[in-house]
Amino acid sequence: MGMTMSQKILADHAGLASVKAGDLIMAKLDIVMGNDITVPLAVPEYEKLGTDGVFDPEKVVIVLDHFVPNKDIKAAENAKVCRELARKNGIRHFYDVGQMGIEHALLPEKGIVAPGECIIGGDSHTCTYGALGAFSTGVGSTDLAVGMGTGENWFKVPAAKKFVITGKPGKWICGKDVMLHIIGQIGVDGVLYESMEFTGDGLRYLSMDDRFTIANMAIEAGAKNAVFPVDEKTTAYLEEHCRKPYKVYEADEDAEYEAVITVDLSALRPVVAFPHLPSNTKTVDEAAGLKLDQVYIGSCTNGRMEDMAMAARILEGRKVAEGLRVIVVPATQAIYLECLEKGYIKTFIEAGAIVSTPTCGACLGGYMGILAEGERCLATTNRNFVGRMGHVKSEVYLTSPAVAAASAVTGVITDPETL
Amino acid sequence: MEKARGYVHTFGEDVNTDVILPGKYLNVTDPDELASHCMESLDPEFPAKVSKGDVIVAGKNFGCGSSREHAPLAILYAGISCVVADSFARIFYRNALNIGLPVLESPAAAAAIAAGDEVEVDFDSGEIRDLTSGETFASAPIPPFMQEILADGGLIAHVRKQRA
Repeated sequence: MGMTMSQKILADHAGLASVKAGDLIMAKLDIVMGNDITVPLAVPEYEKLGTDGVFDPEKVVIVLDHFVPNKDIKAAENAKVCRELARKNGIRHFYDVGQMGIEHALLPEKGIVAPGECIIGGDSHTCTYGALGAFSTGVGSTDLAVGMGTGENWFKVPAAKKFVITGKPGKWICGKDVMLHIIGQIGVDGVLYESMEFTGDGLRYLSMDDRFTIANMAIEAGAKNAVFPVDEKTTAYLEEHCRKPYKVYEADEDAEYEAVITVDLSALRPVVAFPHLPSNTKTVDEAAGLKLDQVYIGSCTNGRMEDMAMAARILEGRKVAEGLRVIVVPATQAIYLECLEKGYIKTFIEAGAIVSTPTCGACLGGYMGILAEGERCLATTNRNFVGRMGHVKSEVYLTSPAVAAASAVTGVITDPETL
Repeated sequence: MEKARGYVHTFGEDVNTDVILPGKYLNVTDPDELASHCMESLDPEFPAKVSKGDVIVAGKNFGCGSSREHAPLAILYAGISCVVADSFARIFYRNALNIGLPVLESPAAAAAIAAGDEVEVDFDSGEIRDLTSGETFASAPIPPFMQEILADGGLIAHVRKQRA
């Protein structure tokens, strides 16, 4: 029996000729990543291991992105713990204020992650790097500690579901609509413990930024990881960003999938996920007219260049609705700079939005846009759980940058086509 | 492993790590302080209601969302001895075992056990006894490899032992 793409990467990293779903394996890790939330909790555990430093200072990556610039004294102390660990171990890929960006936008941009790699990160959205054809999954701080210290960790080999993408998307449809649509169909545990493997001739219409968004939200369907095949779009991206040698894997012809699900891009409408689950989806037509207090455009899901371009295109020459707060967060310094050079920052500010330095910030209820009781936010983020962005009686609706920007102009949920 | 015995606190489906431990407390690393906010978004009184050894019984996909280990730490330090659920989200499941919080999958137990019941959990057999109703439920046994991790006191102790 053949192996899925994810299984082949895992088998190679475990030094095995083949693996099957359910096998418990020890796999070597190419990249181990942590942030200012998960590293401080990992450090005491890492120290208990008693290893002679981290396993490889080139392969351990630390990004301060959640609560920096420091939101309070506790966050400042946590950032300090990360800084000291990085300095003590000579960690080259350490990104502090000034260099940092939201980790899942930053690592691909800096060429730190590559196809065929086995990657763990102390952050659930580490599944993002599957867009490049890597096996990449989120872990907690104890697993992060073991990864940092030993360069390997145990995995249960996942089964997989195959998602066949067909058709050509309409004007306003992007990766976010594709993934919210899928999660709406299969549910928040639709691929629990499994891989999502994407394929199909519709992939040619999905840019790398679309694919990062899709892979990013695999965890919202319960997945262990998501992978895309390496095609011309991937190699073009890698030529621009990545100097590392890499290995391309493909699923075997006879790989076994638990299910095959087809998504026709031409049939999709812009999607909005209602509180309090990402699977609670409606089309923008059903959601239109709902009044908003805040619009948030950013996060590891939708803070990339194409997301900024889409928002700027819609906000150009228009004004934010009265009484609405609009917060734009470019995900990295490079994206921020490109927005500046292209005039997007001017567009956002003239429209009446604010532009923030890169941070995970308000997406997880940290700071920089917290909601009061009864307030409603339309966000390009990934989770709309109870209290996610603030008060337990506030509401978060998830959508694409296009719908978010159009709604910023009207103050109510709006189909960009109707502006 | 020693059996767990305690009173049951029930929760519904898709209990996510944001409601177990809200993001605003992710700047906290002290486990006792984390425990004082456990389940705050669903029931602010929860930490005060828990007696040491109590058991959480919940529906499907318990612990979905963020990878924050602060969530199982908050549950463990609140005094909970074990979580029984219809199913678990995978990162939470792994984190719980890694820090030494036993978690058992049992759709039948999750459906039948009521809040306030007294239960006894045998980790070796995977049997969950509801002492109040007199019913007994089987659970998917924790795989031997993960039982070793639990018996060693968590992943770090386990890896140390392996490397010694």
